Amino acid sequence: MSLVQALFYVMSFIALASAVYVATTTNLVRSIFMFFITLFALAGLYVLALADFVAITQIVIYVGGILVLILFAFMLSGKETLNAIGRERKTFISIGNLPALLLAALFLIVLVNMIFKVDADNLEWIKKSVALKNDIQPDAAMTENIGVNLMTTYLLPFEAISIILMVALIGAAHLSRKGDRS
Amino acid sequence: MISLTGYMVVSAGLFCIGLYMIVSKHNAIQILIGIELMLNAAILNLVAFGRYDRFNNGGQMFALYAIVLAAATTAVALAIILNVYRQYKTIDPGKIDELKD
Repeated sequence: MSLVQALFYVMSFIALASAVYVATTTNLVRSIFMFFITLFALAGLYVLALADFVAITQIVIYVGGILVLILFAFMLSGKETLNAIGRERKTFISIGNLPALLLAALFLIVLVNMIFKVDADNLEWIKKSVALKNDIQPDAAMTENIGVNLMTTYLLPFEAISIILMVALIGAAHLSRKGDRS
Repeated sequence: MISLTGYMVVSAGLFCIGLYMIVSKHNAIQILIGIELMLNAAILNLVAFGRYDRFNNGGQMFALYAIVLAAATTAVALAIILNVYRQYKTIDPGKIDELKD
């Protein structure tokens, strides 16, 4: 087993285990901070998939932006949420959670079954891509290529997403204003 | 080399954990975290397949778009959650059951 493979198993174990902890703990603060760990492990998985720029973006936007936002919302919504969490102190498998657990487990079985049936490594276009040397090599620097593509091939989605970001910014600022509602 | 199947299995696990959180939690913030987990599972798939597209970078590019979209969605969703808390003094989606104030 090579080092890359071992790192892949470690990273995916950390990601899945911390995600399970996020889902099962009754303490909201702990679940938010364990979500940090999940996101960092996912960034590590992106690096192993040779997408270093996406990994950095993941850390900057998710860990730096979204999680701080979630923490803010949690703190602003006060003690009531903590009390609501504390009241339903149950074990992981209880009658109330059983349907959700069943749904998730059945979905997982269907998905994993499908994944092993598809056999993604032997798909037609992936074999062709490897044969044409169109796959990313571990020593390639891809950031420059991403920048060029962003300004040429994918210019339209780039502009669209800038407008969406603008709309979301103004909308969020307007929604969370204290304003007088008549 | 890591097989694509490994990435897809990890992503399926994350997706199902997110699904479980969305269905079972009684707190809007935790439901939001579940949605983020599902989005991250999708992004992991995009990145894993994007490795086989060196010239156009389709997978990585749309992974970036998905991350930015997730940020925008979260900002709006949290603003809505704060407003709901101000109106109803609770953020349990099961207890918010009347439209007029």
